[in-house]
Amino acid sequence: MNIINIEHIARVYQVGSEEVFALRDVTLRIDKNEYVAIMGPSGSGKSTLMNLLGCLDTPTSGKYEFNSVSVSDMSDNQLAAIRNKEIGFVFQTFNLLPRSDALHNVELPLIYAGISYHERRERAEHALTDVGLKDRMHHKPNELSGGQRQRVAIARALVTKPSIILADEPTGNLDSKTGEEIMVLFTEIHEKGNTIILVTHEEYIAEHAARIIRLRDGLVEKDEMVSNRKVPKVGMSV
Amino acid sequence: MRTLLFEIKESMLIALRAIRANKVRSSLTMLGIIIGITAVVVMSTAIKGIDNSFQTGMSALGSDVLYIDKWAWFTNEDWWKIRARRNINMEDYERFEELATLPSAVAPVINSRQTIKYGDRRVESVFLNGSTADYVKTTNFTFDMGRFYSEIESKSSRHVAVIGSEIAKNLFPRGDALDKTIKIGGVSFQVVGVLSEQGSWLLGSFNPDNQVFIPIGTVFKNFLGQAWNSITINVRAKSPTLLEETKIEAEGIMRKVRGLTINDENDFSINQQEGLMTTLYDVVGVIQIAGLFITGLSLFVGAIGIMNIMFVSVKERTREIGIRKAIGAKRRTILGQFLLESSAICLMGGMVGLLLAVLVSMMINQFIPTSVQYDAVIIAILVSLITGIIAGLAPAYTAAKMDPVEALRYE
Repeated sequence: MNIINIEHIARVYQVGSEEVFALRDVTLRIDKNEYVAIMGPSGSGKSTLMNLLGCLDTPTSGKYEFNSVSVSDMSDNQLAAIRNKEIGFVFQTFNLLPRSDALHNVELPLIYAGISYHERRERAEHALTDVGLKDRMHHKPNELSGGQRQRVAIARALVTKPSIILADEPTGNLDSKTGEEIMVLFTEIHEKGNTIILVTHEEYIAEHAARIIRLRDGLVEKDEMVSNRKVPKVGMSV
Repeated sequence: MRTLLFEIKESMLIALRAIRANKVRSSLTMLGIIIGITAVVVMSTAIKGIDNSFQTGMSALGSDVLYIDKWAWFTNEDWWKIRARRNINMEDYERFEELATLPSAVAPVINSRQTIKYGDRRVESVFLNGSTADYVKTTNFTFDMGRFYSEIESKSSRHVAVIGSEIAKNLFPRGDALDKTIKIGGVSFQVVGVLSEQGSWLLGSFNPDNQVFIPIGTVFKNFLGQAWNSITINVRAKSPTLLEETKIEAEGIMRKVRGLTINDENDFSINQQEGLMTTLYDVVGVIQIAGLFITGLSLFVGAIGIMNIMFVSVKERTREIGIRKAIGAKRRTILGQFLLESSAICLMGGMVGLLLAVLVSMMINQFIPTSVQYDAVIIAILVSLITGIIAGLAPAYTAAKMDPVEALRYE
């Protein structure tokens, strides 16, 4: 079943009097429990695509169906609800609230989902335990290492049990060893049945995915299955 | 409904968290509102205090009493013209009293300032009233001790005195004033009565509790020459509704007594509290409006400060807003968060301001009787809350309508 169904999508930015095509014409489908990497050099439109996939932005033209529901012309509030329930974001710069501890950061999407205090505490603690931060729950982001911060962000993305995990250069701010650990964690998450979309410009990161979509100048250049997929030994992440 | 309550509660917690996380900035912001609320509350309490003591002072004058005097309290006439009037003397008073039918009481009054001593205790510059026994009937005096002097004492100019509560307090701290002999301007008088406290009179140096009453004859004999000083005739109407009639009658009688012909102007004035009331009310009203305006201005400046800091705060937390939006915060959630934050800051500021205002009015209470009333408390809380909402509205709206993509990209 398709989770994401994009048809002839375009995104045009108005820069002064000029129209800039960030995405020209992209059509793609992503199924449940896929592990997809979106690749491309800077300016290829991969960030724009990720924003659209993540319902942070709406396309200028074309059709976007998420779980068979059209999101192309949803209101801001409806998009917020989709982001809250269906999408888990993992960013390059972690994007945690700096003055809140790990637990509160993970709890936050559940607050917006309207889940009661006890249930969300429990779920947030559980999510943090799953990413191996059981004893770091009350640390603030500046008291955590880069890898730990990204784990908090992953816990926050997972805690709402979303339909897809959208990771934008999740290892970009990490050293290669820590980055590898994070990628192992993603593989584990995938194996538990989650759908993962990974945006990266690094080949060796993209090779963790089962499928690579290459963008260039706002178009899909290549959409292929990975033959020599890196499958790390699961279990070494925690 | 339940989800709305939930959202409000959660937004409140988030707002409080944000305030706690930015203690210095929050308290600096609060300062503006603290000063504003303190100023407004202190000012409104002071105004109420002024109003109250004004009212007590006025009621001491009596709304049903006319004061026939050489001098007018309010006039457009030239001062020198009034000065040239003949004095009103005791003969005028006696003939007036004989002829007047409407008043319930008539009393001549002459005033002086004297020092009063008892043993080594003294009170300087006491307001000395010389009058007859009927004087008490033109007032609403009540007595802590003793009585007013009698007609016999008055007529025979006995050295008896009725003293105000403050003088009694100063000269006789143990409260044993009655029958003691005091020295008024060096002359011995026996205390026959002590008046109850009447409350302070705010305007001018006159204090109704700092008066002494003695028979008018003793004043002429010891302090003021009868020939050179004009007296006032206090005339009390039977009721406030009869005041106007009494005034008309009094004018006719006075013209007759003074031997004025039809072409002569009055060479006396009939004063009454009403004129004083309206004129002073105008003055007090202007003071109140000016005071509230100025203090209101400080509150306004405080509100602008809050708006300013909220704008800065929104700008500074652009990324935070982006994160919150990315993980599902709706527009109204963000709006609510920032609105609640500024309201909470203002409310806390309001509370602190209120506390300060109570302390300040305790200090002012030494000079003007004031106290912070419940309505001032409610007004302060409401005003600070409304200020917070208004000041927070524009910044919160800016935050709410931010584009999440832009906000997340913000460094």
